[in-house]
Amino acid sequence: MRSFARSFLAALATRGLQAVIVAVIVGVVSFAMMQALPGDAAYRIAAGRYGYDMMDAAAAEAVRVELGLDRPALVQLWSWLTTLAQFDLGISAVYGTPVADEIATQLGYTMLLAAGAVVTSLLIALPLGIASGLNPGGALDRATLGVSIFLRAIPAFALGVVLVLVFAVQLKLFPVAGFKSFANLVLPSLTLGLGLASVSNRVVRDAVADAMNADWRLFARTKGLSARMTLWRHVLRNAALPVVTYVGVQLAYLIEGVVIVETVFAWPGIGHALVHAIFGRDIAMVQGTALVLGLTYVALNLIVDLACRGIDPRERSA
Amino acid sequence: MTNHPDMIMGTSQPVARVRLSPSRMLGLGLMALLAIAAIGGPALIGGDPAKQSLLHTLEGPSPAHPLGTDNLGRDMASRLLSGAQLSLSLAFLSVITAGLPGTVLGVAAAWFGGWPDRVLGAFADAVLALPGLLLVLMLAAISPGSWWALYAGISLTLWVEYFRYTRQRARIVLAEPAVEASRLLGLGPWLLIRRHLIPEIGPGLLTVAAFGAATAVTAVAALGFVSVGIRPPTAEWGVMMTELLPYWREAPFLILQPVACLVLTVLALHLSAGGARRP
Repeated sequence: MRSFARSFLAALATRGLQAVIVAVIVGVVSFAMMQALPGDAAYRIAAGRYGYDMMDAAAAEAVRVELGLDRPALVQLWSWLTTLAQFDLGISAVYGTPVADEIATQLGYTMLLAAGAVVTSLLIALPLGIASGLNPGGALDRATLGVSIFLRAIPAFALGVVLVLVFAVQLKLFPVAGFKSFANLVLPSLTLGLGLASVSNRVVRDAVADAMNADWRLFARTKGLSARMTLWRHVLRNAALPVVTYVGVQLAYLIEGVVIVETVFAWPGIGHALVHAIFGRDIAMVQGTALVLGLTYVALNLIVDLACRGIDPRERSA
Repeated sequence: MTNHPDMIMGTSQPVARVRLSPSRMLGLGLMALLAIAAIGGPALIGGDPAKQSLLHTLEGPSPAHPLGTDNLGRDMASRLLSGAQLSLSLAFLSVITAGLPGTVLGVAAAWFGGWPDRVLGAFADAVLALPGLLLVLMLAAISPGSWWALYAGISLTLWVEYFRYTRQRARIVLAEPAVEASRLLGLGPWLLIRRHLIPEIGPGLLTVAAFGAATAVTAVAALGFVSVGIRPPTAEWGVMMTELLPYWREAPFLILQPVACLVLTVLALHLSAGGARRP
């Protein structure tokens, strides 16, 4: 039990450090974005405050001194990062509302889409993968391999466009854009879910095929356990570990996919907001959304770490 | 003249002749065709990808425009080929600028161990802390629409793949008894790398490179598609998809052309990579 607690703490420490790194990278890149904006920042802010008519060189100078824009870039970067460290995400330049409030709404939609995508991918990958793994080299195995290779080559947004053309436009089965009802969830989830399943069904297949060949399975059968019992009690449990680990590897795909696929379907989530903010040069919003996406990635990885320890006792002492 | 060390020790393992599977041959063949089309195609067709003809918009295939014209009457065939040039050259360059530092640093980390290994490893972990596309997206946003920002972002993200692969493999190879023996025989670092390391990690590096190129091609198109990467009027596959999407009803065959080009390129790269799986 003590070793379990220790490995739990180790996982927590590693991911905690990763979270700090994410915050620093996002902060530094956002700061660079701010510096790269054309024109003099002091003039821009003064114009925003007093209006273009009332603004003159003296007002800009006052703003420069007040906000410390005349300090060296490294000092400014430091104060930028300390503001971020106090969880102050600032105010959206486009909406005029606190970034944190905007993100709180968007994050719910993104989680809904991500959950829809994972459930869809499991509904496709688990049955196909298990059936292929029980009969490696069979017709189903070869067919799913071919389809998987083809599907994997289709980038998420291109698949989204094709699905929109087929299901929403030609067959008129599902709505295309925005979020009004749960029918809107179908196409974006299917887009992301197919992409995830195209790889994960092969992982399930390999894991099941390996487990079916293992010595301990032969032993379980020899001691008199029925084929069905062996499958449920031993094979699937052992096959679960590589599959859960793999879900962790796919998180990167999921987060990247969310950013692009939300834009394709005008899904009111955090990825759509990030792309819009980059387009509109709304730096506080870029920083906030990228930070939350990055931290979500780290947090989900932590959950996968802990889930692996839960499934496999050997992981706990490792 | 004494025997050359190679004649005594040979390499770590008999040099494995790279056997190409049929699917790998297909992928390499497709890539060769795409490269030939991208390099020689524009000269062959002779069209101007930017020339508008507002009297001939959204037309089907004709002798003058073999793949039709887009919403501004521009020749689809020349635009697709111009997009192929852009995507393939960026992917190819990123293989070099990400692959060289990644491989060299990976070997260095495995060779020296100790603190250089830890520092390089920590740097790689920092890059991996964010999902790759997110980093490319943010770096591209520093200077929107610029080819260079996109290219730098992609290279900065992709070098980690080469680094991690090389470091892990080189560590194993350098610990082999055969390497120890060669070292005792007095072989210098360069000979050790050439005789032991390169034959071992070479084929795997090609796989990493092919997947990396596929990631680069996808990233360029994805960012172009959501209007934060390459900007119109440049002919880029993702940008073309955004431009043609509003005309799906009149001309569904037009929007499907850049989609097909993109899928074909990524498929060709995946097939030539050989390995059946990637993260």
